[in-house]
Amino acid sequence: MKRILIPVLSLTAAILLLGITGCKPKNAGTATAGDAASRVYVEPGKYDEVYNFVSGGFSGQVSVYGLPSGRLLRVIPVFSHDPQSGWGYSENTKPMMNTSHGEVPWDDQHHLQISQTNGETDGRWLFANANNTPRIARIDLKTFKTAEIIEIPNSAGNHSSPFITENTEYVVAGTRFSVPMDDSNGDVPIDTYKKNFKGTVSFLKVDSSTGRMNIAFQLLMPGVDFDLSHAGKGPSHGWFFFSCYNSEQAHTLLEVNASKRDKDFIFAVNWKKAEEYLKQGKGQKQTVRYAHNVYDEETHTATSTIKNEVTVLDVTQFPDIVYAIPCPKSPHGCDVDPTGEYIVGSGKLAALIPVFSFQKMIKAIGDKTFDGDYEGVPVLKYEAVLHGEVQKPGLGPLHTEFDDKGNAYTSFFISSEVVKWSVKDLKVLDRIPTYYSTGHLMVVGGDSRKPYGKYLVAYNKITKDRYLPTGPELNQSAQLIDISGDKMKLLLDYPTIGEPHYAQAMPASIIMKNSTKIFDIAKNKNPYATLGEKYAKVVRTGNRVDVYMTMIRSHLNPDNIEGIRVGDEVYFHLTNLEQDWDVPHGFSIKGANNAELLVMPGETQTLKWIPDRVAVFPFYCTDFCSALHQEMQGYVRVSPKGSNVPISFSMGKNSDATIAPDSSKTK
Amino acid sequence: MRKLFFIASILFVAIITGCAGSNSDQQSTETTGVVSGGQENVQDDVSQKDVVKIALGSPDHTTLVAALKQAGLVTSLSNAGPFTVFAPTNEAFKKLPAGTVEDLMKDENKDKLINALQYHVFVSALQPDFLNQENTLNMVDGNDLHITVENGKPLLNGKAHIIASIPASNGIVYVIDEVLLPQAK
Repeated sequence: MKRILIPVLSLTAAILLLGITGCKPKNAGTATAGDAASRVYVEPGKYDEVYNFVSGGFSGQVSVYGLPSGRLLRVIPVFSHDPQSGWGYSENTKPMMNTSHGEVPWDDQHHLQISQTNGETDGRWLFANANNTPRIARIDLKTFKTAEIIEIPNSAGNHSSPFITENTEYVVAGTRFSVPMDDSNGDVPIDTYKKNFKGTVSFLKVDSSTGRMNIAFQLLMPGVDFDLSHAGKGPSHGWFFFSCYNSEQAHTLLEVNASKRDKDFIFAVNWKKAEEYLKQGKGQKQTVRYAHNVYDEETHTATSTIKNEVTVLDVTQFPDIVYAIPCPKSPHGCDVDPTGEYIVGSGKLAALIPVFSFQKMIKAIGDKTFDGDYEGVPVLKYEAVLHGEVQKPGLGPLHTEFDDKGNAYTSFFISSEVVKWSVKDLKVLDRIPTYYSTGHLMVVGGDSRKPYGKYLVAYNKITKDRYLPTGPELNQSAQLIDISGDKMKLLLDYPTIGEPHYAQAMPASIIMKNSTKIFDIAKNKNPYATLGEKYAKVVRTGNRVDVYMTMIRSHLNPDNIEGIRVGDEVYFHLTNLEQDWDVPHGFSIKGANNAELLVMPGETQTLKWIPDRVAVFPFYCTDFCSALHQEMQGYVRVSPKGSNVPISFSMGKNSDATIAPDSSKTK
Repeated sequence: MRKLFFIASILFVAIITGCAGSNSDQQSTETTGVVSGGQENVQDDVSQKDVVKIALGSPDHTTLVAALKQAGLVTSLSNAGPFTVFAPTNEAFKKLPAGTVEDLMKDENKDKLINALQYHVFVSALQPDFLNQENTLNMVDGNDLHITVENGKPLLNGKAHIIASIPASNGIVYVIDEVLLPQAK
């Protein structure tokens, strides 16, 4: 009997295999909405509808795409060196990379948030977190340049960041790794985690006119892994919600050990209450060390200041600042709907999505409907705060964004899809596969009080066969999905920069009209600026040589420099005299151990160079600026140490070098 | 024997229906953007096999494979994981009361089938050493699986034994001799 059965089963298996091959949709995922091409086609010369700011993940930078075309508009250097612009290499930008650990040339950039007014994106600034060496950057959306970077003390892994309150009063930073606090002895056994490791969430005040950030206070929290966060809005303005995992407080093999409990938490922080305690002087000053770097648009130069103090409130001493909402299975995304009433927790290992009600939370707090405490933080009863659960929505929920019609969109990593559901009745309305394994997703304005809707972009983690293969490493894919109708429609699929995590987007109009075209040279306050060709000069001070050089189509002035000696510290201060949009000039010199400079119209940038040998070194403009760009070049003569060739510089003075090769011109 | 033929024909039907289903899916994708299939369709004969491909390649797991397909779990399990999959053999499925599998394979019982299969998957690749200790695992369907140790070997829910372990690219497959059923809480 068995003998007969096996062939039958094997036959079935064979048929199955055949069936699978036969069934395989030949172009899985290529089929899109019928009108997709026209929906994403932006005619040459026409503009995209939406600015889409995309985190660069391990690239450390931020990229800017146009939607719906998916065209890459710009990569903004933020936390990582960018040799093409000189970011991190120029003397002007080196201080931006400074931290309490010294210069840090790279980071892992995960989340972005556009500044908001009344809970609506206002397009002034873009905040970006650094996950590895905890920092927050502020990018100026007039110039698309990083204007400020502030380090977060008492933190290790700034993941739960840089989310903002609805009027950009605060930008927050929650530590992913709990660690011993900076002012305590860090030389402790790792297995004393429960005793010695603490978490913090930091609130950085943002100046409403300049955007300048300052750490207002830190809350000392239980030692867990803070994951993501979002501010309350509308009725829940004044609260901030932080998801966490590892409430088990494991310090090894978190893959298993941080998934033991049925529920972790979303911590609800009443930051207005914290402000009251601070006003009463209840905060403790703590000695720490962190860098605060600011780029000045008029000096075109950054300064880095090391600061030494933060104010800390220990939440166990003030039990009405923070409440713990139990949330199933290692919540990741923590998203607040446009009305501000519903808080969505996405337990990445949960079989459902819990949606919490702000009103119920306030009532539960008032009624003290607690379920004990967690490390001194009152735990609210799950059922008392729950609006409802989306049952069996998919596998591996991660993040939720919202449209303008009361719908929520959740990304599912494991089941590789985006699921649309109704916030009100928690019914699943539609699902669409992603290729493959979505991480974050973004709806235009989808975490604000007024979502623009229309487009959703899924940021996928796995690419495999989506594009022409490029060896073992493939760029992550983004997928543009039309959410304007009842059914989601896949419109476009395109590769990205680095590894996108969260993204933000807003209609183009506001940012577009504020965009800087040139830096006004009359306002250039750089101490090394050369505000006219007649001021070009070379000055020796000991072994330091300052070259004040101008750039304008199509020459560098001076372009013949002599009297430089091996080992000199040469500073090329380049001022771009152009006052014309999109005419940067570049500067590079042979053998430079750093990078080039790209100098915007009206800007001054400095490159340091230490010549290592006796030679004539060429330099030139690297950015094709004009018909005579290739002529925009010059020479530096480098003489031996101790040489008596005097400093000289010129431009346009042809001499008969064949007759007197050794004569040097002095000025 | 007749029963097996029955299963086989059911599978056959499932395949045909499956095909028809995906064809119509494909047609509708032209207007809706919905297409079936994910990473299981990636052409790759070089990489290590994932948990699904391991099951597909096993003559002892045809029932499981058919069930995974019917439940629409192939895409999920072809994903990055990491997964621990407890894979009951065809013989294990046969131990279920007569008609159970056939019943679960009906379209109207798809949710039940999904739950039953998800109870066999844990997110995280648990190595054999790790399983060889008392433990409770919260499976993908949300229910707990209890592991005890008997004669130095893991016993799942006091009943199922691990026959073999097969490392996969996205996790690990444990071949088991019983279908796992969630225990009353």
